[in-house]
Amino acid sequence: MLAFIIRRLLQALLVMAVMSALVFVGLFVVGDPVSMMASAEATELDREAIRANFGLDKPLWQQYLIFMSHALRLDFGNSFLAGAPAMGLILERMPATMELAIVAMMLSLLVGVPLGIWAGLKPQAISTRSIMTGSVLGFSLPNFWVGLMLIMVFAVQLGWLPASGRGATVKVAGIDLSVFTLDGWSRLILPACTIALAKTALIIRVTRAATREALPMDYIKFARAKGLTWSRILRVHLLKNILIPIVTVGGLEFGQVVAFAVVTETIFAWPGMGKLLLDSIITLDRPVAVAYQILIVFFLVMLNLAVDILYSVLDPRVRLQGAQA
Amino acid sequence: MPGNRCSAALRRTLYAVTIAAAAAGFMDAAMARDLVVALKTEPTSMDPQYHALTPNIQLSQTLFDGLVCADADLAIKPCLAQSWKAEGNTWTFKLRPGVKFSDGTPLTAADVVFTFDRVGKVPNSPSSFKVYLQKVEKVEAVDPLTVRITTSEPYPVLPTNMVNLPIMSAKAAAGPAPEGKTTTELNAGNGLVGTGPYKFVSWKRGAEIVFERNPNYWGPPPAWDKVIYRPISNPAARVAALLAGDVDMVEDPPTDDLERLQKDPKLTVETKSSNRVIYVALDQHGEPTPGIQGTNGKNPLLDKRVREALSLAIDRQALVARIMGGVATPAAQLLPYPMFGTSKNLVTAAKPNPERAKALLKEAGYPDGFSIVLGTPNGRYINDIKVAQTIAAMWTRVGVKTTIDANAPAVFFKNRDSYAYSAYLAGWGTSTGEMSNTLLSLLVTPNKEKGQGTTNRSRYSNPAMDKLVNDSGAMMDDAQRADALAKASEIAMADFAMLPIHFEHSVWAMKKGIHFQGRADQQTMVQYATFK
Amino acid sequence: MSAVSPSVVVGPIVAMPPPETPWQRLRREFLANKLAVLGLVLLLLAIAAAVFAPWISPQNPYDIGKLDILDSKLPPGSKSADGAITYWLGTDGQARDLLSAIFYGLRTSLLVGGISVAAALAIGSVVGLAAAYFRGWIDALLMRIVDIQLSFPSILVALILLAIMGKGVDKVIIALIIVQWAYFARAARAAALVERGKEYVEAAQCMALGWRRILARHMLPNCMPPLIVIATIDVAHAIALESTLSFLGVGVPVTEPSLGMLIANGFEFMLSGHYWISFFPGIALALAIVGINLVGDHLRDILNPRNAQ
Repeated sequence: MLAFIIRRLLQALLVMAVMSALVFVGLFVVGDPVSMMASAEATELDREAIRANFGLDKPLWQQYLIFMSHALRLDFGNSFLAGAPAMGLILERMPATMELAIVAMMLSLLVGVPLGIWAGLKPQAISTRSIMTGSVLGFSLPNFWVGLMLIMVFAVQLGWLPASGRGATVKVAGIDLSVFTLDGWSRLILPACTIALAKTALIIRVTRAATREALPMDYIKFARAKGLTWSRILRVHLLKNILIPIVTVGGLEFGQVVAFAVVTETIFAWPGMGKLLLDSIITLDRPVAVAYQILIVFFLVMLNLAVDILYSVLDPRVRLQGAQA
Repeated sequence: MPGNRCSAALRRTLYAVTIAAAAAGFMDAAMARDLVVALKTEPTSMDPQYHALTPNIQLSQTLFDGLVCADADLAIKPCLAQSWKAEGNTWTFKLRPGVKFSDGTPLTAADVVFTFDRVGKVPNSPSSFKVYLQKVEKVEAVDPLTVRITTSEPYPVLPTNMVNLPIMSAKAAAGPAPEGKTTTELNAGNGLVGTGPYKFVSWKRGAEIVFERNPNYWGPPPAWDKVIYRPISNPAARVAALLAGDVDMVEDPPTDDLERLQKDPKLTVETKSSNRVIYVALDQHGEPTPGIQGTNGKNPLLDKRVREALSLAIDRQALVARIMGGVATPAAQLLPYPMFGTSKNLVTAAKPNPERAKALLKEAGYPDGFSIVLGTPNGRYINDIKVAQTIAAMWTRVGVKTTIDANAPAVFFKNRDSYAYSAYLAGWGTSTGEMSNTLLSLLVTPNKEKGQGTTNRSRYSNPAMDKLVNDSGAMMDDAQRADALAKASEIAMADFAMLPIHFEHSVWAMKKGIHFQGRADQQTMVQYATFK
Repeated sequence: MSAVSPSVVVGPIVAMPPPETPWQRLRREFLANKLAVLGLVLLLLAIAAAVFAPWISPQNPYDIGKLDILDSKLPPGSKSADGAITYWLGTDGQARDLLSAIFYGLRTSLLVGGISVAAALAIGSVVGLAAAYFRGWIDALLMRIVDIQLSFPSILVALILLAIMGKGVDKVIIALIIVQWAYFARAARAAALVERGKEYVEAAQCMALGWRRILARHMLPNCMPPLIVIATIDVAHAIALESTLSFLGVGVPVTEPSLGMLIANGFEFMLSGHYWISFFPGIALALAIVGINLVGDHLRDILNPRNAQ
């Protein structure tokens, strides 16, 4: 197990290096950062001064090597536009995004898995059909539409909840978290629901499909024959066996939400990192974009590692490479 | 029993005093108001000399004051400098006495010298403020209330440039680095001390910026206890926040929502004509031109008749009414009259005339028109892509089949700067509020050494106009200078060097009861917001 | 009472009906389910609208020379300035007839969504299955590539493609395929890992069946159910992604909006009272997605080898 984890970490480092190179080259191909920085009135000479200042006049491979040498010391450079350390800007905003992502995923799992199992157990029931139809609506409505609708209903019309922003925070282990305040929750609910709507729909469907798969299995029939109650069958036998697709999809979706919750963060003016990424790409603020991508790819590799370990726990037939059971 | 000393008279007095005290308390409570403003774009830094960008500048103009200030119409008014005079290349500014910084220290000429000195030392500035110190050779403190500035040549625009160099405190912003306090330290509020109506409290990036009233402010008492800025970049979300009562004031609501906002009895809408012009640039360099097909390699834009036809095809009035929601003014020159250097003969934009446009095209030798690509950025200017589409439709109707090439701003600039467009839509807002800045950047023949024509990608070149603009730079007499610039303007517009489309209006929406004076430079400065 | 002996019951010999072909069974089971039929109807309507758009639209919304800005933002039921067209669903901000724009937009959206998801599914399944079957360094390499792909933002992919290859609907499809295949790869690998541990795979290996055969004929059909669920949902996601990219200027041309782009454009009108600009395209998209998913659901149920008697 340890060897497995270490191997994964080494691979993560390799992947981070590859990613940084890809973003470097990618942004270079898209456009000129100086045009996004300099004011429209800047003269050619001014622009050249800016270019030289940020080292953008050097050949690309040289810029990359300079960047790598700094990165090895965990210095990812300063944002071209904000002047502040790039990684610092991202880490500052990471708790907000993580908070939102975790709450949204918990919501979708807590609602989606039970509903999905129900739908799988009773495929012909009316409640099932409404759940399934509802779930289709859940993911066919565009994300930004759902967000704005929720704001219009709950904030503008009813005035029950605030329209945007993050709530009051409490410092826990040095990190500002808003889940511990009532004001925080009042502002978390709407964006979390916006994200959770589509995710819940997906979880319901995946769970239902997996349940339908598992029900005809022999071990279920055996358990029934043994006289076990349905509740025990569900909890002990069914759940463990349907968890693999749920964990896969849940893990993938969680990763996507953390990395790319831009739309929701924009609509709700949520001070997370998603908007930072989008802005940094649009404005060609390379240090921030590269730092972000490196961080995200590391996060996703670790997430996939956790999911892979979880697979082997859930299904002993799935053996980790070189691991002992 | 112990005498009841409360006589009726005493009781009455007590009541009166209590009520008065309560009323005073109530008044105090009523006066202790906070203002929550939803910003369109978050500033990149609090350092007033780091990044010359509107979101940054509007906040530093609230924390700091310059020697001179620009009022709502961008006219120069005395601010920290009570008066100034110029003799040849020497300018003498007399400072207002009795002005204190927010930390209580008095303002002296040494602070001005420190401020101007620091500008060139700020490292890694993406868009430096050095441009506002051009032609300045020396800045010295003659006495604690007098500053002398020596320029390298007669430079009448100097006071205008001073607006964008607000004065920092030499004592508070001193530090070990060459520039004193670094940008990073200033961003955290360390050393961020100014003479402005509000002072800095905190900044949580992406979430909110908090200012509070400066008790030492030299001007009229600031209206708000605390000002809280929240960046909400999505326009619909911004408006929703106002409608939900989360914020008191928003910048730049979408033009399509204005009708609804204006009808709402709980809201007020303030609009102000701004100095930003939206224009179409046409490639007049040579042939062939990259975006035009169907002309056998010729460049029709070199022919003035074709340019005139393209201008006549555009129905600016309908565009303003339909696309800009009425909050724009059709433009016939590059700055709205009566700004400095504008011509009074170019106040009303021409009415569209598609028939004449077709006739002109035929006359110029293009009876069947031709096809052209119109480049436009997406999301850089208000409704840019919608305006471009509408212009494309209007051109197509007179026979010039137009396709739109819309791109993210970075890609648009890359294409524009490599001359990939024959025609493109862009905007220009002059930071100096006068015409020479516009003409020098957009229409004067490109000249790298002199730093002229930096954004003249159409490569239009008219020596007669160039001469007028360059000569005006040395005219110290305002009236004479304005006249020369107006004439230069008229020459360029008669030549259809560039097609001005409209002047943007800035729009602010706020809760009823808040009174805000809009500014022509589109800046949201909360000292202009009061509660009635 | 004597037990009935389980002797052969002799009865009249009746001719047995010919055995059903898989297609007939598919059709029978599909049509028996009302929701499936509804889904099919919606889907066919959407496809028909997309295919026949030029013939059934009152106006060609992509011909900008025909748009009159004074006709913009008209409510449903209005007539055009010259009286020639009735705007049944109103007009949008650029004076396009919404009904026509929806038909034309469906074309682009369905094309982009359908092709990109199908291709991403195909590529992703192959990669995921291979990774799960071969394990070892192949698995590690493929999954690390997947990790890189999953963390690469779609907007950057689209911008880079734009810079290298220029604009066009085909480039949008390629961008979407690049962005989506990794998701399918990961899901396919998960399903395949479970299958791989099962006895039938060992049995097939013992029988020395080639790995190609094992993967294609044995493992793939058993991995399909979760993949189909994801694929049908992903069509909606792909269409939304395309609209985001178009909105940012790296998708379909602005003057030829897809359905997703119409919705995104109409978004800012929602608070202004001109609700129809976003509402009707939204309904059209939702109906198309519902159709796709209802059909996908029931197809999956029917095709599931475990359900075959």
